Amino acid sequence: MSTERNEPREPDDAARADGASPEGAVPEPAGTATTPTAGATTGGPGPAAPAGPERAESPLAKARMSKADKIDRLAQLTAQRTTSSGDSLWVAAFRRLRSSKMAIIGAVIIAVFVVLAIIGPWIAPYSPTAQTWRGEVFSNRGIFVGPRAENWLGLDNLGRDQLSRLLVGARQTLLVGVVATVIGFVVGALIGGLSGAALALGGRTGQRIDTVIMRFIDMMLALPSLLLAVSIAAVMGQSLTTVMIAVGVVQIPIFARLLRGSMLAQANADYVLAARSLGVRRRRIVLAHVLPNSLGPVIVQCTLVLATAIIEAAALSFLGLGNLDAAQPEWGVMLAQAQRFFDAAPMLAVYPALGIIITALGFTLLGEAMREALDPKLRS
Amino acid sequence: MALLNVDELAVTFTARGRDDFRAVSGVSFTVDQGEVVGLVGESGCGKSVTSLALMGLLPAKGVRVGGRAEYDGTDLLTLPKSKLRDMRGTQLAMIFQDPLSSLNPVVPIGVQVTEILSRHRGLRGEKARKEAAHLLDRVGIPDPTRRLKEYPHQLSGGMRQRALIAMAVACAPRLLIADEPTTALDVTIQAQILELLRELVDQEGTALLMITHDLGVVAGLCDRVNVLYAGKAVEAAERRELFAAPMHPYAHGLLGSIPRLDSPRGQPLNPIRGSINDQIPWSEGCAFAPRCDHYVMECLTGTPQLTEPATAGHRVRCVNPVLDQSDLAGPVLEAPVMDTTGSEATARHPGGAA
Repeated sequence: MSTERNEPREPDDAARADGASPEGAVPEPAGTATTPTAGATTGGPGPAAPAGPERAESPLAKARMSKADKIDRLAQLTAQRTTSSGDSLWVAAFRRLRSSKMAIIGAVIIAVFVVLAIIGPWIAPYSPTAQTWRGEVFSNRGIFVGPRAENWLGLDNLGRDQLSRLLVGARQTLLVGVVATVIGFVVGALIGGLSGAALALGGRTGQRIDTVIMRFIDMMLALPSLLLAVSIAAVMGQSLTTVMIAVGVVQIPIFARLLRGSMLAQANADYVLAARSLGVRRRRIVLAHVLPNSLGPVIVQCTLVLATAIIEAAALSFLGLGNLDAAQPEWGVMLAQAQRFFDAAPMLAVYPALGIIITALGFTLLGEAMREALDPKLRS
Repeated sequence: MALLNVDELAVTFTARGRDDFRAVSGVSFTVDQGEVVGLVGESGCGKSVTSLALMGLLPAKGVRVGGRAEYDGTDLLTLPKSKLRDMRGTQLAMIFQDPLSSLNPVVPIGVQVTEILSRHRGLRGEKARKEAAHLLDRVGIPDPTRRLKEYPHQLSGGMRQRALIAMAVACAPRLLIADEPTTALDVTIQAQILELLRELVDQEGTALLMITHDLGVVAGLCDRVNVLYAGKAVEAAERRELFAAPMHPYAHGLLGSIPRLDSPRGQPLNPIRGSINDQIPWSEGCAFAPRCDHYVMECLTGTPQLTEPATAGHRVRCVNPVLDQSDLAGPVLEAPVMDTTGSEATARHPGGAA
C-alpha cells in the first residue's frame, strides 16, 4: 500500500512543480482539453489496480498539495511585501494631502498664481506702463475703456492695460507674501525655539529667559497687527522692502508663540520621559526629539500666514505705504488707485481684489488641508 | 547586600493653596541581582510614582521626596542631577507602559536606539548601526536592519515594546524598572514580552523591578512581591507564599476576586467593596479599613506596622491578618507552582488551564 501511495505521487509532484504548464508533465496529455483536476488526469490512464486507491487518494493529495501551495504562496507574498520602509511622517502626511479635495484646489490655485507670477511679465500683452489709448474717448463709457478684443480686462484711468498690470503685479504680490512669511518664520521660530528650548532645558535661568522673551512677544501681540505694520512702514519710508519687513515683523510673535507652545507640549510627552530615563542629554532631547515634533503646526502656519501676508501687504499698499513705482504695480496699489474711479469703473477695483481674494483662498485651503493631514489625532 | 535598597521612600506632592498629597508614604523593599521584584497595586496606589522617584524623573517643583533609595551603596535620591543622568541607561533603565507614546513618532527606530549607544558607549556610525541591529535581534525583532529604518507607527505594538526594551538594555543596566510594560498589549503579546523580560533577567543577571496591577504577571514572573495600598506596602512576601496565603485582607480580597473558569455556573463574583477613594489617612489607622471584611476596632488605633505573623519573610501590615485561607480553595493555592516562563494566559486563569 505504501508503495502505491508513493508511486502516483510522482506525477502529482511533477504537476505541482511546474504549475504553469502542468499538463505536459502528466502522462496523459488529454488533460489539456478540459483542464481537469489532478485526480482525473492521473486516474484515467492508470492500470486498473492502482486506479482505485489512487482515485481515492487523489483528493487528499490534492488537498495536501494545495495547502502546501497556499503556504508557499503566502510565504512568497510575505517575502515580496515591500513595506513602506522609511515612510516618514511627512510622506504619510503628503499622501493624505493628495486625497484631500481642499488641498488639490488650493494647490492648483497656488500653482497657477506662482506660474503667472514667474512668467507674467513675458506673457503680458503690453508693458504695464504703456498708455495705449491716448486721445480715445468713448461717449458711452466715459473715459474708461472696458473689456475689448485688444484689452481683455479694459484699461485703467491712465489708459494702461489692466490685464498686463495684473500679470506683472502678481510677481510683486507673491514676492511680498513669501518674503514677509520667511521673515516672520525665521525670526519667529528662532525666538520661539530659543524660548521653548530654554524652558524645556529646565532650571530657573531657563524659566527667566522664557519669561523675558515671552513678555516682549506679548507686547508685540498686544498691538493691532496692521497698526504695527503701519508704524514700521511709516518709520522706514515708502518702498516694497518696507512693506515686506512690516508684514513680516507682524508675523513674528505668532510664529514664536506657536513654536514655543508646541515645544512645551512636546516636552511633556512620554517619549521625552523615556529618553530621559535612558540618560539622553537635555540638549539632544530638545534638538532631536522636541523640535522635530513641534514643527508641524509651524509649517502649517506658514501657508496660512502667506495668505494673511498677501492681504496685509495689499492693505499697506492700499493705505499708500506701498511701492508707487508704476512699472511694478502691486495689486494693493492698483486697488487703491482704482478706488477713486469706483463709480465710473468698478471693475478696475474688482480685478485686483479678486486676485488677492483667490490667491489668499488658495493658500488658506492648502494650509487648512495641511493642518488636517498633519493632525496626529486624525492619523490612522 | 541588595542591589537596590529602598527604605521608607515617601513622595509628597505640594501645591500652593492646597493640602499636600502623600502619594507614597513609606515604601521599603529590596531588589537583589538577578531577581524580579513586583510592586502590585491598583491605580493611584503609588506604584508609578515610586518608580519615577527612583529614576529621579519626578518634576523638581512641587514634589518632596523623603527616605532613602540606595543603589549599590549610593543614595539615588540625593545624587546630583548630572551624576544620576549618567547612571540612567547604564545602571538603571526604565520601560514604560505605552510603547507608542514612549517612542518619538518622527524619528526612525534606528536613530532612537543608536542615540543611546552613542550617549553611553560612544558608538558612532556603522558600528552603532550594527550594534543597534544586534540589539533588536536580541529582543526578537525579525529583520532588524530594515526595522531600524522604520518609524514607530509602522511597528506593531509588541514590536514597539520590544524596541523600547532593546533601548533600555542597550547598555546592560543592572537594574531594570518596568512600569506596567504589558498593559497596552494584548494577551498573547503580553506573554511574549514577559518571556523576553524573564530571559533577560536569567541570562544577564539584571535585576527587574516589575510594576503592575496584573496578578497574572506577578504569578508568571516575580520572585518576590510587594503589595501596595494607598502609598504604603501592606504585604511583602515571596511569590509562592503570597499566592498560597495572602494574609492582608486587601491581598486576600484581590486573589479571591479573580473569576475562575472552574467555578460553578452562576456563582457571583467576589469583589472588594468600594474604591480606592474610600480610605482613611494612614495616621488615623489602616487606610484599607473602610473596605475591609476583617475590620476590627484596633484598625483605627494608629498606623499598623509591618509584622511577620505566621511565616518568616512574609510581612503584613495588618492588626487582624487573614490566617484562615480556606475560602481560597483549590488551584489558586497551586498557582505559584506554575512554570515561570509559562504563558500569561495560564497565569491569568490558573484553574482553567489545568
